[in-house]
Amino acid sequence: MESQLPPLQIVIPLVAAPICVLLRNRVVTLGFAIAVCWATFGVSVALLDRVLASGAIVYEMGGWAAPWGIEYRIDALNAFVLLFVSGIGAIVLTFAPRSMGDEIPASRQYLFCAVYLLCLTGLLGIAITGDLFNVFVFLEVSALSSYALIAMGGRRKALPAAFQYLVMGTIGATFILIGIGLMYMMTGTLNMEDMAARLPIDGGVRTTLVAVAFLTVGIALKMALFPLHGWLPNAYAYAPSVVTAFLAATATKVSVYILLRFMFSVFGIEFAFEDLALGRALLPLALLGIFVASIVAIFQTNIKRMLAYSSVAQIGYMVLGISFATATGLTAGIVHLFNHALIKGGLFMAMGCVMLRLRSVDIEDMAGLGRTMPWTMAAWVVGGLGLIGVPATAGFISKWYFIQAALEQGWIIVAVLVLMSSLLAVAYVWRVVETAYFREPSERAREASEAPLSMLIPTWALIGATVFFGLFTTRSAGVARQAAEALLGGLP
Amino acid sequence: MFASPLLTVLVVPLVGALAVGALGARPNAREAATLITATTLFVLVAALVPEVAAGGRPAVELFEVLPGLPIAFELEPLGMLFALVASGLWIVTSLYAIGYMRAHDEENQTRFFVSFAVSIFGAVGVALAGNMLTLFLFYEVLTLATYPLVSHHGTEKAVRGARTYLSVLFTTSIGMLLLAVIWTWVIAGTLDFRPGGILAGRAEGGVLIPLLALYAFGTGKAALMPFHRWLPAAMVAPTPVSALLHAVAVVKAGVFTVMKVIVYIFGLDLLSTTGVSEWLMYAAAFTILTASIVALQQDNLKRRLAYSTVSQLSYIVLGAALANAWGVIGGSMHIAMHAFGKITLFFCAGAIYVAAHKTEISDMRGLGRVMPVTMIAFMIGALSVIGLPPMGGTWSKWYLSLGAADAGQLVLVGVLMVSSLLNIAYLMPIPVRGFLFAPPDGPERPAIKEAPLFCVIPICFTAIGCVVLFFYSTDLLNLLQPLAGP
Amino acid sequence: MADVLGLYNYWVVIFLMMTGFYIVISRRNLIKKVIGLSIFQTSVFLLYITIGKVRGGTAPIVADGFEVYSNPLPSVLILTAIVVGVATASVALALVVRIREAYETIEEDEIFEQDR
Repeated sequence: MESQLPPLQIVIPLVAAPICVLLRNRVVTLGFAIAVCWATFGVSVALLDRVLASGAIVYEMGGWAAPWGIEYRIDALNAFVLLFVSGIGAIVLTFAPRSMGDEIPASRQYLFCAVYLLCLTGLLGIAITGDLFNVFVFLEVSALSSYALIAMGGRRKALPAAFQYLVMGTIGATFILIGIGLMYMMTGTLNMEDMAARLPIDGGVRTTLVAVAFLTVGIALKMALFPLHGWLPNAYAYAPSVVTAFLAATATKVSVYILLRFMFSVFGIEFAFEDLALGRALLPLALLGIFVASIVAIFQTNIKRMLAYSSVAQIGYMVLGISFATATGLTAGIVHLFNHALIKGGLFMAMGCVMLRLRSVDIEDMAGLGRTMPWTMAAWVVGGLGLIGVPATAGFISKWYFIQAALEQGWIIVAVLVLMSSLLAVAYVWRVVETAYFREPSERAREASEAPLSMLIPTWALIGATVFFGLFTTRSAGVARQAAEALLGGLP
Repeated sequence: MFASPLLTVLVVPLVGALAVGALGARPNAREAATLITATTLFVLVAALVPEVAAGGRPAVELFEVLPGLPIAFELEPLGMLFALVASGLWIVTSLYAIGYMRAHDEENQTRFFVSFAVSIFGAVGVALAGNMLTLFLFYEVLTLATYPLVSHHGTEKAVRGARTYLSVLFTTSIGMLLLAVIWTWVIAGTLDFRPGGILAGRAEGGVLIPLLALYAFGTGKAALMPFHRWLPAAMVAPTPVSALLHAVAVVKAGVFTVMKVIVYIFGLDLLSTTGVSEWLMYAAAFTILTASIVALQQDNLKRRLAYSTVSQLSYIVLGAALANAWGVIGGSMHIAMHAFGKITLFFCAGAIYVAAHKTEISDMRGLGRVMPVTMIAFMIGALSVIGLPPMGGTWSKWYLSLGAADAGQLVLVGVLMVSSLLNIAYLMPIPVRGFLFAPPDGPERPAIKEAPLFCVIPICFTAIGCVVLFFYSTDLLNLLQPLAGP
Repeated sequence: MADVLGLYNYWVVIFLMMTGFYIVISRRNLIKKVIGLSIFQTSVFLLYITIGKVRGGTAPIVADGFEVYSNPLPSVLILTAIVVGVATASVALALVVRIREAYETIEEDEIFEQDR
């Protein structure tokens, strides 16, 4: 049983998805899907424990040995990614039943569960597999289901947003497919480890170069790296609250994981960062993204949209950490992957509570909300402080590592820029705080009552986690450090 | 209660905050909770004095936030002094706040007292911090906990003031102080406060000067110009807040940080041999003079006092920058001396507002005849801030001048003298108008109408404190002596 | 010259790829966008099959008289990719239907006009 954990991670949600369609009954389906999510989370906890205790796990699908068969390979990095993706998946779905009430018709909620589980399968699959083509397949599984999830948004604007995401996402995925094809052409293998051993190829540099370019651009599209972020704000703003919370916390993070995997485990640090100097290309994009997106966020009136732009900025931070290509920089990037997932997940869930009561996420309607929905807004404030990077929140830990990484390289300017960008976060977070606490309540806010416990508890679970991981970091930054060192040493 | 008395000290105000919050519906019980917490805290802190005075350094380490970087507490003389001042004056201020808030029928009093207790938690945490990370953590707790106090009235003016408050403090602390902290960590590999500093031998002048600048300006709470604007902006808060937090806890947390950084991170030897801190002396001197001159032009009493605070804070920064024995001792002593003097002045300002509804100095003619106790106390506080005997402020300024002379900075001795004259010029007119000028209208001998008793008792207490400190300064001196090195 | 012409299948791939990409970018009609997207994806299918082709090779079934086999793996992969492509197209078309119901149009600029 224990040796079968890696396939179970994928198979459980995958098989559960069609069962949801068969069950149809709203209550039964929701209960079933939630149980499945928590079981998936349990599997990933067990996996991480085993990886930390005894090193990487290798599982050969169907008993076919690599490099011919598909191999699942779990080291500290993807065990960590699996853990938080499944964990947030479970918490968000627990939050979902009440939140979906108004946004998705009851008759379609069983379909929502099925698609949600498929999306989770896709994301987990990307993280767990050691096979390049498998990455593409799972990427499309998660992407196609997320288009459907976004299109379930209550307002019609969700539809063009989903379509736009579909076009951009498909282009990105196809770019990745081209990249994988070219890599296969040069190396004759699809197994990551095997390919890493065969790279770089003498004499075939140009094709590999084109492959790297296609892959990088494709992944950048999927993870919404500035300036390829165009699809993200609308998709997040108009999707159902549950979907936004889930996707914001996991989807782009998994794409960042792919980038890490390709850069460090497949291309290798020497090829990617010394021969190709990808770091020098990513660094300015990351910084530009952080600043432009943060500034745009300040001027948004739809708060979900504001948080979406903030997400684009946060992706910039992660890429910044990667572009350092040092142990501390990677630790910063990876730990921010995790911390930001918690923070943004919690914030979007708080917005879900607001959406439930106000039927709006416009800043004007949120005036005075601190009085009528104190717990929701308190969660929002703590999450906001995390975005800023105030001590004793998870965001502070990320920020600490980013600055330490920059200073270790002697890049004081970069350190200063990172700090200045957190001040932009103060600007957009505080705009909401002032509106919610010091303005006369709007009509909608006056009629609003506190969100139900079934939503508050999951929200506070994530928000509480941001505080917990701001103080006790062995399970976040400690694991991230281990993952970073493993990446720099090639495949473990 | 806990393995270490330090943790007990830290937990008390938090428990107090919870109790105050829980008792929100019953004002009398709630106020009792505040007073009991404050008294307990002070007793616990005072109980630590003998150990620290005898050279003991109680310490406790909780858990590591980052590898090698724990949340740790260690009590040394400077922190002892700050904790004593903050917790002791909290009792007095609580009494005063009860009188003030009730006389004013303020709204949201529960939130007010809860935030107050959390602020004290932050201040005590800063005082007890055993490394720079812990200090930074509590420094930000203090920033955030005081935000609802500054914006208490919720009016547009209050929100705007609070915005300035928060943006300046966040900009400086996140933008510069945090950078300085991490930079130190990268250079020295530790953030512990160690006698003699942790940077000696690890960094050179080219790094030390920008690093010191980041620390000095990054500690926005020390209100070194040009990052002082939050302090006058914070005057929109109710007077008890201005009194305890913006004359004692918050601003002293700022200068305390600067002092701590100079003594335990840089080390006095490093600074005095390299002369790295010389520019800081002049920056502080500039703030001292400029803020005094600005204070002269303010007609609003609380604003005048705020600028006076800006100026006085730089005395302490100056003492730290001198980086010699007398400078550091004088600066540290000024933390206590100025605290008593300035809190008295603010209490008086609040009492005048409560009893006579006056905020502008030009309206205060003849007020001494209506509120004699308040005005006499104001006089005593003012004399202490100016530094005239027999008030506590005399000693700190005396030692600071000694320090400046020791460092061979005669210009700075001059600055201190000129500043004292300016102090007289902006503080004395208030009691003088009060006692010697006739009231603008009404009878020649109006009836005495003091503020409520809850306000007057604390005023008397702190005013007497100013005098008492004059006679007990040797005890302070003995306590602080270890700061100057063995 | 022979080099350039000999690689004609790659030229076809690139021509299709650019055509599809251009349609996606330049057309405002959502259906045309979907068509462009499909052409774009199809070009990649051809790329993969080209990779697997070995000149003179035959289907990889062991039989007497055949020494050279084409690589079957890319074809297998592309079978999966075709399925993905079909799924994408169907999701996209379903979205277009919903958009048409909600907006009464499938012209992108008219949709944005309505939501302003």
